[in-house]
Amino acid sequence: MLEQLTHHLPALQTVIPLIAAPLCMLFGSRHIAWTITLIASLATFVISCVLLAQVIDGSVISYHLGGWEPPLGIEYRIDAFNAFVLLIVSGIGALIPFYAPASIKSEIPKSLHSYFYTAYLLCLTGLLGVTVTGDAFNVFVFLEVSSLSTYALVAMGAKKDPRALTSAFNYLVMGTIGATFFVLGLGLLYILTGTLNMVDLADKILLLEDNRTLNVAFAFILVGLGLKIAMFPMHLWLPNAYAYAPSAVTAFLAATATKVAIYTLLRFLFTVFSFDYPFEVQTLEWVVLPLAIMAMFAASIVAIFQTNLKRLLAYSSIAQVGYMLLGVTFLSKTGVTATIIHLFNHAVTKGGLFMAVGALVLRYGSPNIEDLRGAGRQMPWTMAAFVAGGLSLIGVPLTAGFISKWYLISAAFEANHWVPAILIVASSLLAVIYVWRVVEAAYLQEPANPTRQIKEAPPMMLISTWVLIGASFYFGIDASFTTHAASAGADMLLGSVDNSAHIILEPSHSLIPHVTPHGQE
Amino acid sequence: MEDLTFDFIIARYNYWLVITLMMTGFYVVVSRGNLIKKIVGLNLFQTSVFMLYISAGKIIGGTAPIFTDNPDEVYSNPLPHVLILTAIVVGVATTALGLALIIRIKETFGSIEEDELLKIEHDYDTTGKMPTAEGRP
Repeated sequence: MLEQLTHHLPALQTVIPLIAAPLCMLFGSRHIAWTITLIASLATFVISCVLLAQVIDGSVISYHLGGWEPPLGIEYRIDAFNAFVLLIVSGIGALIPFYAPASIKSEIPKSLHSYFYTAYLLCLTGLLGVTVTGDAFNVFVFLEVSSLSTYALVAMGAKKDPRALTSAFNYLVMGTIGATFFVLGLGLLYILTGTLNMVDLADKILLLEDNRTLNVAFAFILVGLGLKIAMFPMHLWLPNAYAYAPSAVTAFLAATATKVAIYTLLRFLFTVFSFDYPFEVQTLEWVVLPLAIMAMFAASIVAIFQTNLKRLLAYSSIAQVGYMLLGVTFLSKTGVTATIIHLFNHAVTKGGLFMAVGALVLRYGSPNIEDLRGAGRQMPWTMAAFVAGGLSLIGVPLTAGFISKWYLISAAFEANHWVPAILIVASSLLAVIYVWRVVEAAYLQEPANPTRQIKEAPPMMLISTWVLIGASFYFGIDASFTTHAASAGADMLLGSVDNSAHIILEPSHSLIPHVTPHGQE
Repeated sequence: MEDLTFDFIIARYNYWLVITLMMTGFYVVVSRGNLIKKIVGLNLFQTSVFMLYISAGKIIGGTAPIFTDNPDEVYSNPLPHVLILTAIVVGVATTALGLALIIRIKETFGSIEEDELLKIEHDYDTTGKMPTAEGRP
């Protein structure tokens, strides 16, 4: 029985939260819904650990849904790269059930709690599905599953701030435009090649010479995903959505949603298209590179002037997306490795930061920096977590942020791009300013209301915050796991290792997988 | 590159229809301030992509893709149709969610016009109060 289960792990990864989601709603009780969410998210976390252990050595799992062989059937394809992203998403997803109950109690009416868990599990399903699938159209479907549930989750912040409704609506409009552009690009690819399987697409695209339809398809996919990852200047939906969503939702989205969209972009840039495709190289050099640098500066500068702490961190996220895109534009393995490392490190750091802010908002009732004066003395553990996360955001040595920036800068030097290298350091200084503003208010200023008794955050919130902040330090001191996983992922993306599937799981034909040794395919 | 002759343009009429529909939808989304009109524009925009897929799957002289005894039967490519069935479901869900949000926005803010909403939000930002039922525009 157990052996049969392990053969279906790739599918169970998405099926478990998908089935758990409606159960939460059917039972209706928020305690049962919470229990179901906890079990489902822990299960996906365990599965992703097992999957990563199987593929970290460079092998590839190909799971044929319903036993239909690709390229006709839908394939779930797991390699070192997406197993790593799965680990990030499900890891943070497993922390949210611990963090959420105390946080949403004050932010969402009790009657909606079971709906919150339903939407949360659907969002998790979508994000894991996008990551696990090897079929381009399936990516679109899962992307929309996660996006639609995200819009609902953002709108749930309406009790605390009614602007959550309008920001969810704007997010819906922009997200749908992005998804439609993306699916239009896929349609053009399908018309050109007659296939939607990513690996098959890659083979067929190689055969097409300079082709205008292909360029148009590439541009639509880039812009569509650009909207989803909040690539500057397509980031307008993000600050409001993050600022007015419930804190638990913001922490989850900031850590996972944009990361998964960046994963999808990398998948398309490297697995479907490749550096052999000249239009992609030109676009990266002449469009994405300047936009990434502008994001690093424009968003950081805007962040400095924010009064709302959640918005401040949201703008900082847009700047961080700039770093991730910058890594790709160096057109080298080091650059892609830097992007993947930063994807992980930033997920951990920003997740932790938003969790700390959620705890502050819970106790002070306001995310405005002005109202949080004196928080350093009243909530020492939460503020300490924030400062630690802030250090990682800046990229101080011994934090995860330093490792990302180190790799980014070495990739820049390797590509002889010394100007971006200097700009990376310069924009990190901007991060010093906006983090300092918060630190100054929290530690050096008198409390806004000294007579008001403020308690430390609830223990479960504090623990989950510190798990992520602790991780951002752990991976800053001992980066061997992240760099190993990221470089294995980069090898896989750039095709420098054999990426044909070694483990093929065909469920309906036989429950025993055909395992072939490396390279015998 | 082929010359833009009359025949070239006519032979690709489905693409021209798709482009027109798409740009109309996109224009409505961007230019209209009424949230419901935005959703309608978004629908047009999505439908244009559905039509692109479906027209690409059509084979001239082909029938519905159902197995018959005749091995020479020509039928249209069913895959784009199936894909678009899924995309239509996504589109319906998006529209439903968008309309549900509009209802909540109307209940909370008393308006579904973008410029009025911006003004109400600005007032909320400065005074911290939502307009009361009488004070609503």
